Amino acid sequence: MRSRQAIALLALVGFFIAVYLWLHALGYGGPLKCGTGACETVQSSPQAVQFGIPVAFYGVVGYLALFVVALIGLRPAALADRQWSLLLAGLSTVGVLFTGYLTYLELFVIHAICRWCVGSALVITAIWIVSLLSLRSPATRIDRGASRPLPDRPA
Amino acid sequence: MNRFYVVLAGVAVVLAVGTFTMLKSGGSAPAAATGAPPTVVDDGFRGYSQGSGDAPVEITEYLDFECPVCASFAVIQMPTIKEQLINTGKVHWRYRDFPLPIHRYSRFAAHAAQCAGAQGHYFEMQDQLFLNHQWAQTGKDPSKLFRELAKASGVELTAYDQCMESGRYAQRIEFSRQEGDQLLVDGTPTFYLNGKKLNFRRLPTSDDFKAVVDSAIAALPPKPRPSPNRH
Repeated sequence: MRSRQAIALLALVGFFIAVYLWLHALGYGGPLKCGTGACETVQSSPQAVQFGIPVAFYGVVGYLALFVVALIGLRPAALADRQWSLLLAGLSTVGVLFTGYLTYLELFVIHAICRWCVGSALVITAIWIVSLLSLRSPATRIDRGASRPLPDRPA
Repeated sequence: MNRFYVVLAGVAVVLAVGTFTMLKSGGSAPAAATGAPPTVVDDGFRGYSQGSGDAPVEITEYLDFECPVCASFAVIQMPTIKEQLINTGKVHWRYRDFPLPIHRYSRFAAHAAQCAGAQGHYFEMQDQLFLNHQWAQTGKDPSKLFRELAKASGVELTAYDQCMESGRYAQRIEFSRQEGDQLLVDGTPTFYLNGKKLNFRRLPTSDDFKAVVDSAIAALPPKPRPSPNRH
């Protein structure tokens, strides 16, 4: 349960990072708040658009999917169900691979690093690690009878 | 469990407010055509460039899109410079904006090029602005023409319109102009070779650039030769 809660929180953070970058890509707001980083160089590069869609939009969809799946997996009826943990691990693995590709583009093609992208990479990596650890730990057992006091046995 | 959802909702509200605030404060930049923005932010951008990043020579050009000399240089000299120096790996050519105050629409044109660049079409838009330079002589509001030029450059117009209306790159352009001021740019186009200002007596030709680039490369210390393998 704790791992799905952690994933839901992390996915929420990643979602808002992606939303910020996506809205910026659509022209809302001014320059990115980036400190001394090179966010605009990255965001204005041709690699910031993949298959005709701003890269940040894939982040919005991905983090939203992780968030929704984590919440569904947190329902009492779903807590013991291992398939939600598998789904979270699968989704986050796709996210980590895609992020790895984007980081490669930043380092070796664009030659610039965007702090927001680094933030998103850290978030998805954390989600991926938590999801893998949750697969190793035993599933949460919901045994309603276990909390009831046992009836006294007749001597 | 309920406590977790309260925390989750609280985090969502904080993040939503933070995102909205950042977008709103960023969006306060004035429209590109209205002149210099009141504040300047270094977004880390140092200009669009052509050529290999490993080229021994970097030339930085400070240009003004409304400047007729910049246009003739771009149209007449640059094709040969690209062929002889940029495409051969000798020169990495960087473009920086230096809108002159005497030109009414040079910031607007620079902004249009930046908005096209945001979609990966900076160089196409630059070509369009210089090849169709009659806009700089009419004195008329070129916003409609720039839109057509952007479309011809392959730019998606919805995002372009939003970019132009928000003045998204006004601060970047002003940062570039201030940088030029610090480097003592006194007109356009002005060129720097590996950071050193080039002084020509007239508008340089491609032959002039070939000469200064070859001279600069010849003056570079020789690269150390790899030692032969010994068995």
